[in-house]
Amino acid sequence: MSDWKKICTLADIPRLGARVVQNAGGDIAVFRTAADEVFALHDKCPHKGGPLSQGIVHGKRVTCPLHGMNIALDSGDAVAPDVGHCDKFAVKVDGGDVYLKI
Amino acid sequence: MSKPKLVMVGNGMAGVRTLEELFKIAPEMYDVTVFGAEPHPNYNRILLSPVLAGEMKVQDIILNDHDWYRENHVNLHLGKKVAKIDRVKRQVIAEDGTVESYDRLLLATGSNPFMLPVPGNHLPGVIGYRDIADTDAMIDAAKRHKHAVVIGGGLLGLEAANGLKLRGMDVTVVHLGPWLLERQLDEVAGKMLQKSLEDRGLNFLLEKQTEALIEGESGRVAAVRFKDGMQIPAELVVMAAGIRPNTALAESSGIYCNRGIVVNDTLQTYDPKIYAVGECVAHRGIAYGLVAPLFEQAKVCANHLANYGIGRYTGSVTSTKLKVTGIDLFSAGDYMGGAGTEEIVLNDPAGGVYKKLVIKENKLVGGVLYGDTADGPWYFQLLKDGKDIHEIRDHLLFGQSTVGDVGHQGQNKAAAMSDEAEVCGCNGVKKGTIVRAIKEKGLFTLDDVKKHTKAASSCGSCAGLCEQILASTLGGAYQATASDKKPMCGCTEHSHEDVRRAIRERELTSIKAVTEFMEWTTPDGCEKCRPALNYYLISTWPHLAADDPQSRFINERAHANIQKDGTYSVVPQILGGVTSVEQLRKIADVAEKYHVPTIKVTGGQRIDLLGVKKDDLPKMWADLGMPSGHAYGKSIRTVKTCVGAEHCRFGTQRSMDMGIKLEKMLFGMWSPHKVKLAVSGCPRNCAESGIKDVGVIGVDSGYEIYVAGNGGIKTEVAQFLVKVESDEAVMEYTGAFLQLYREEGWYLERTCHYVHRVGLEHVKSKVVEDAENRKALYARLLDSLKGVKDPWAERVEGELKREFEMLAVQPA
Ligand code: SRM
Ligand SMILES: Cc1cc2nc3c(=O)[nH]c(=O)nc-3n(C[C@H](O)[C@H](O)[C@H](O)COP(=O)(O)OP(=O)(O)OC[C@H]3O[C@@H](n4cnc5c(N)ncnc54)[C@H](O)[C@@H]3O)c2cc1C
Ligand code: SF4
Ligand code: FES
Repeated sequence: MSDWKKICTLADIPRLGARVVQNAGGDIAVFRTAADEVFALHDKCPHKGGPLSQGIVHGKRVTCPLHGMNIALDSGDAVAPDVGHCDKFAVKVDGGDVYLKI
Repeated sequence: MSKPKLVMVGNGMAGVRTLEELFKIAPEMYDVTVFGAEPHPNYNRILLSPVLAGEMKVQDIILNDHDWYRENHVNLHLGKKVAKIDRVKRQVIAEDGTVESYDRLLLATGSNPFMLPVPGNHLPGVIGYRDIADTDAMIDAAKRHKHAVVIGGGLLGLEAANGLKLRGMDVTVVHLGPWLLERQLDEVAGKMLQKSLEDRGLNFLLEKQTEALIEGESGRVAAVRFKDGMQIPAELVVMAAGIRPNTALAESSGIYCNRGIVVNDTLQTYDPKIYAVGECVAHRGIAYGLVAPLFEQAKVCANHLANYGIGRYTGSVTSTKLKVTGIDLFSAGDYMGGAGTEEIVLNDPAGGVYKKLVIKENKLVGGVLYGDTADGPWYFQLLKDGKDIHEIRDHLLFGQSTVGDVGHQGQNKAAAMSDEAEVCGCNGVKKGTIVRAIKEKGLFTLDDVKKHTKAASSCGSCAGLCEQILASTLGGAYQATASDKKPMCGCTEHSHEDVRRAIRERELTSIKAVTEFMEWTTPDGCEKCRPALNYYLISTWPHLAADDPQSRFINERAHANIQKDGTYSVVPQILGGVTSVEQLRKIADVAEKYHVPTIKVTGGQRIDLLGVKKDDLPKMWADLGMPSGHAYGKSIRTVKTCVGAEHCRFGTQRSMDMGIKLEKMLFGMWSPHKVKLAVSGCPRNCAESGIKDVGVIGVDSGYEIYVAGNGGIKTEVAQFLVKVESDEAVMEYTGAFLQLYREEGWYLERTCHYVHRVGLEHVKSKVVEDAENRKALYARLLDSLKGVKDPWAERVEGELKREFEMLAVQPA
């Protein structure tokens, strides 16, 4: 059953950056945008499995560090004209703490 | 609050392109309504010629289908011609009575074929060549009738004639001028073209003036009569004697027109609420008839519609290509030459090749290519860049391959490549795939090709080839942009040059300050501009501008190279490639402790520990206690050395020593791209100084310094800069050259590309001839390197460590 679990404080994630949460079902990347929105995706690019957490975050997108595919953080979809999808996870910020639903 | 209303009249290539540009930068700004007189959504008019020739179908040339209009919430009125503009009420009224009001109006009504004012020009069977309806009429006529006459031997006329011939008609081209395409070609090329079209069965009547079109018994046109009394049969007459900007609507509404709707550099008409783009426009007295300049207008216009207020359209240089399969013809700029110009000509009528380049003051100003047009885009780029061709003049006529300016495999004949040939070696993209994407998806720029096909999106060595494929597929619709005007990325109109200047002159010291001042269209840039901006800031304002780790590619953020499986590599500093027992032992111990799967000696004479997990990096660095080898950055990389006078029987200088001094001096230096040096002890050059950014070669009396070599994607031999006598002088000249590159280079431009762009003369004038400037450059380099810390040591402790730590789920 999935539950809200605390992972860190908002301040632990750099703005326009990400942190990686270790998880049995595969690492999860938790991103923070310039506007302090937080998103979580499976840390695995739909192209060739690159670690999205290591990419450059801009707007509500992340660019995969391996071959530069752009992934929309809110949907997990590759930005056109690329195609592909990356699983997303529910996250929320509450009182400065970040919770992930896993 | 309701949005302002934008109404566009004319649903053609220039207008819709303007909307596309507008939606890119301000998608939600207007309620948009479009009127199109034709019943079709926007299609690629250029490709009507292949449709007529039977090489493509109408459905293949649609650029924006109905879904596109729907997705962008465009209120579309197809098959409705606007008859009137009421500028007082701010309304447009269509022929069928539809009324729409506007806050801003965009006129993009294109042009009309010029119908010769001769008796009979209204007869059935007499048409222009402009749209799908005309093309259908021609295809239909070819099924029923035998004789076609095309009036006008310009691009359009020849493409029409070729298509009709392929559809089985007897075609005669009538032309008033002394040779074909006299607006694009000189006489020699014009005659060669005529010959090869005659070989395909077309007939030509030159210097003939049409007097009347004769009606046949059925009421349809039956013949053409000329001033000299000659008469030839014709059941189809295509008027291709020129186009006239379609200004009827604008004129009837009192908008000032003079051979086109007159607009200023922001594409605004005399009525400030009304803009105009495309063939209907006269800008600085010129009405353009090719899409490339119209697309430039579209971009500027969209910018102003979006209230950005930046960007001016200042006119275009155009190039053309005839779209008759099997005939290669290219012309650009001032191809006729004349006073003050020189010509280089190659004329081989038997071989079917003619090339003429027109040069003025060491710059290429125009050219005509016939029979072999592969180098057309390259010439066009040289022309637009206004590049000094003095140094390559001897080879210029023989093309890009002879000046060593080609991609991998030396491929440079895009047109001659088969569809199966691989263009992009990194991503395995074939020529056919690129051509298909260009045609089917309506791509016009290299950027589009990169995004849609992935070609040229990795190492980029095939970018030139892709541009050639674009050019040969698109014909005149291809537009090379002057390199120093190319926008940095999709977030801005500004070029690297503009941005560097603004950062310097406006004293901008943060990414935010730059993107705000220069009106970026995205909130925080993208993966392309942010690393570039970060570099420009820290190199222009050392110790002042703060480095932004989030704007660095992961390798530079983690100070290690990311690998295909997400692990990293560790390359410790081994100055000059000279190591010791202690270093080797430390490396061996660490490799053992962390179970490093692969240990490799690199091409740069260092040792690489590959396959390390990210969270192990700081621990390994701590255990190693060695500084970073910078194998990952747009920064100083390695100084390779040979054994030199220390050991070698031929050595004239102590190359290991010299190399170590240089590498120490440059420790921690960021640069536009990576920088590699080498020091060899004698001209045998065992450290390969000839292909390095800076190559130093010891000689008996001192050192020779070479710059701007490259051993990578584009192998290029370094050029001689200067000969010096002392180690100190090597450091000063090297430092000054690298500082100049750091200050003037564009991000991701290696020294070979930088020097290619600015010229070796420029570098010499700043570094060799001007001693004071050299010392100042050197001092600025040393100043910016003052106090640099080892990035690994910094990350072993302190806040920067966070980058490497994984998070765990915390118990509830
Ligand atoms: C490790 C090494 C190969 C080896 O095992 O020998 C290497 C590895 C990589 N090279 Fe290299 N290059 C290595 C020597 C070279 C050399 C030879 C040299 O330095 O003498 C060259 C040609 C010389 C030159 O640069 O002019 C070379 C030309 C390139 C290029 C083409 C650069 C260019 O401007 O043309 C790239 C691509 C790029 O930088 O954009 C590249 C990019 C790469 C990258 C960083 C690809 C990447 O972005 O991930 C490779 C990292 C592999 C990895 O998984 O860690 N590597 N690379 C060498 C490290 C040298 C060192 O000690 O620092
Ligand atoms: C056969 C052919 C081949 C060509 N080949 C090339 C080539 O190889 N390279 C190149 O660069 N260019 C080529 N061109 C030229 C290129 O197609 C034009 O430059 C380009 O289409 C002009 O764009 P535009 O938007 O200004 O006009 P158009 O694309 O003509 O669009 C104008 C539209 O406005 C509509 N319209 C006009 N008045 C009204 C009104 N009152 N109400 C509603 N709608 C109205 C028209 O019906 C038309 O659909 C070619 C043209 C033709 C015909
Ligand atoms: S190490 Fe260099 S040459 Fe080898 S695969 Fe990687 S980038 Fe290509
Ligand atoms: S693995 Fe992400 S783009 Fe290739």
